[in-house]
Amino acid sequence: MSNDILQITDLNVAFSSDAGAVRAVDGVSLTVGQREVVAIVGESGSGKTVTAKTILGLLPETATSSGAVVVRSREGDRESDVISVSKNRLRQIRGDDVSMVFQEPSTALNPVFTVGWQIAEGLRAHNSKLKRSEARTRAIDILRRVGIPDPETRVDYFPHQFSGGQKQRVVIAMALVLDPGLIVADEPTTALDVTVQAEILDLLRRCRDEFDTSIVLITHNMGVVADLADRVVVMYQGEVVEENEARALFASPKHDYTKKLLGAVPRIGQSIEVADRRAPDREATPIVEATDLHIQYPGRLGRPGFMAVDGVSFRIAPGEVLGLVGESGSGKTTIGRAIAGLTRVTGGSLQVLGAEMNGVKERSFKKQRSRIGFVFQDPASSFNPLLSIEDCVAEPFRVHRRDMTDAQIEAKVAELLEAVQLPRAYAKRFPHELSGGQRQRASLARGLALDPELLIADEPTSALDVSVQERVLELFAELQGELGFAALFISHDLAVVDILSDRIAVMYHGRIVEDGTGAEVLGNPTDPYTQRLLASLPVPDPAEQEVRRTALAAIIAEERA
Amino acid sequence: MTTQTGTPRRSLLDRLPILRQLRQSYGIQRGMLIAGLAITIVFAIVAIFAPWLAPYGYAQLSDDNGGFGAQQPPSAAHLFGTTVGGFDVLSRVLWGAQTAALVVIVAVVLSIFIGVILGLLSGYFGGWIDRVLVVICDAIYAFPSLLLAIVISIAISGGRSNLIGGILTAAMSITVVFIPQYFRVIRAETVRIKAEAFVESAKVLGASNVRIMSLHVFRNATRTLPLIFTLNASEAILTLAGLGFLGFGIEPTAASEWGYDLNKALADVSSGIWWTSIGPGLGIVLAVLGMTLVGESLNDLNDPRLRGRRVVAADSGEMVETSVVPAVGTHDASEGDNDDASEGERQ
Repeated sequence: MSNDILQITDLNVAFSSDAGAVRAVDGVSLTVGQREVVAIVGESGSGKTVTAKTILGLLPETATSSGAVVVRSREGDRESDVISVSKNRLRQIRGDDVSMVFQEPSTALNPVFTVGWQIAEGLRAHNSKLKRSEARTRAIDILRRVGIPDPETRVDYFPHQFSGGQKQRVVIAMALVLDPGLIVADEPTTALDVTVQAEILDLLRRCRDEFDTSIVLITHNMGVVADLADRVVVMYQGEVVEENEARALFASPKHDYTKKLLGAVPRIGQSIEVADRRAPDREATPIVEATDLHIQYPGRLGRPGFMAVDGVSFRIAPGEVLGLVGESGSGKTTIGRAIAGLTRVTGGSLQVLGAEMNGVKERSFKKQRSRIGFVFQDPASSFNPLLSIEDCVAEPFRVHRRDMTDAQIEAKVAELLEAVQLPRAYAKRFPHELSGGQRQRASLARGLALDPELLIADEPTSALDVSVQERVLELFAELQGELGFAALFISHDLAVVDILSDRIAVMYHGRIVEDGTGAEVLGNPTDPYTQRLLASLPVPDPAEQEVRRTALAAIIAEERA
Repeated sequence: MTTQTGTPRRSLLDRLPILRQLRQSYGIQRGMLIAGLAITIVFAIVAIFAPWLAPYGYAQLSDDNGGFGAQQPPSAAHLFGTTVGGFDVLSRVLWGAQTAALVVIVAVVLSIFIGVILGLLSGYFGGWIDRVLVVICDAIYAFPSLLLAIVISIAISGGRSNLIGGILTAAMSITVVFIPQYFRVIRAETVRIKAEAFVESAKVLGASNVRIMSLHVFRNATRTLPLIFTLNASEAILTLAGLGFLGFGIEPTAASEWGYDLNKALADVSSGIWWTSIGPGLGIVLAVLGMTLVGESLNDLNDPRLRGRRVVAADSGEMVETSVVPAVGTHDASEGDNDDASEGERQ
């Protein structure tokens, strides 16, 4: 088909690393037609980002590639093979024929130039005769078209004056300004909150409908794929394992891997049932009780501080799992850190295991520490890279149980690793030799080492691929049922929280706007924010997602009215 | 999957700082490192075996055949000739390597301990102790280092002294200049590591500050030390030579010192006597060059972005098992290994 805007044939990419050659992409062929949104999905390391970067010739120097990546201009009058063209020609292709939307909008924009200047830079790079005033007019025009309100003033704003979602709109404007036929969007919504994600997805859909642009969408989020993609390419270990129309793929996945991937996506109302789990004891003294809790971060000299948590009250009963959901900046992580004594409480009361955290002294809280476990978000940095997994997991014993001998500790660690389903041999390995999911399980083992009454899990699965996330969640549910600890489970993902929690609290701007059981909060939300949050969550089913999209549009229209 | 491979445990040989980089290096970086190492090793050998290598003692003025005579041109008896004071130049140069090496070792050992401890405390606790220490270090930076060294050398020993005293004086004056460097590097690393999740995790466990600092922070903060160590060693030689050249070094009868010899050779140059300055000058240049080459190439090799690598063919290399869903079709409970070898594509 000569109408295709992008044609990749038998692409191979290899990297030179310290360990020798490493192959990242292995014989990938795919095509993107005019006005088509093609999603490339796969877990991290599957080669999807490398494939996308090849389209713009953005591979690092350590990479070598073979095969053909033919990009055609929108009019179809030029076509060029990105892999073999000269550097000059490549510069023309970038921007004119294909452009890119990056994952992190805050780093994709240069903080010391106005957004208008940055948009005009692209224009001037491709047309040096362009007048300054003309470039400005075009920048204003494109900003308006991507939905930045009041673009005549905003064109002179610096990136930090925009919110995250607006920054992503500016990045998309920069990609659109030269009117390319193809946009490569690498995880364009991963760094954004769910409600903002929905808006950006809408904008990308408009790119196709109004600007007639084709889009290559790289993502690991099946909900995003269902929302936007016309066609889906599933990559696994550098190869394309399945390719189909979006609806057909979601309805009847053919390849085993695709089935697994779709099955692992968490859905609302899908809680994991654990046999003979002790019911939370709501009559007993609560493990954690917050009353009108305030936490303020100190501001700069002469400025008021930032109120991260603003009058929050909740309680966690023994054996109960409380899920805390909210967007970034809503104060959910701050609450978790305050319970663990990592952040100072500035007002109200926070009782943790009978100790008052407002004005607590480290020395008096040390006893309680052995009864609290903590699982951190980032599996990459939660272990000391120089200690073996065994030493890391053994640390709680070495700190709190001075009476235990080395042999006893070793036996206990082996037991713990078994409980989180890590092979015994992993005890002697170093953290970097484990995958993200394995490290997160070891982290869970460390958190549970002293058989705590309370476990705080701060986004424990958000850095993991869906298939790994599923297993970590299952493990968490099993261990919770078995050991009966109370838990505060913090996440931005409603579906994940719903799977594990007895009760859910939704946070927004430092306050709890709604709380109750999963069925209450997610089945019949009363707060407008919860309603919008729920409606914004894309589901991995194109047909259902279309219905939800209209529902969301209605909610937003109602809010505006 | 039972055939878990993972990254094999590295042998001790691979983990030693300089040897590991030597194996990783490639192309021109490797050439620089090897040249630097070769020069430095020769310097070390000369320093250790100076008593056997040198034909005469450093303060020897005569042998069985009578006095050496002053400013004698190179001959079979005196390969590099003799100095204005009547010493054998070659012997002075060889013995000078020993003095230089001793000063480097004492200076670096003294400054590394104090600098590292202060840096750890300052970075970990922050607050007023941090502010005071940083201001002091900045103040020391503001002085020309040689001037500072002169002042301290005068303060300690009145300017001149015997072997031990002279070496200690020179070393301590260098130490004062170096402590801020170690302090800064360790403090910066400590501040970074303090924010890592594993330090917070230890805090949540209730580990003591001493335990966190020694086990978690210190061991992770020392990665750049070999680098500053080599760069500082070369600077120490320059400072020592500078002190000697200006007359604040060690008495010629107490030890041989290149800077002092250069100073004494100053007048010879204009009267056509070239051999007295070449020896000590070359000694300084080569010792500094060798250590700087090692330091600079370690710096490049430590940074994966600067490290050169062999170019690979497009269709070469194994597909690394990066997947977490092990080999489709063969359903198995365990996860595949997530190898960091694919770091390239995560950039």
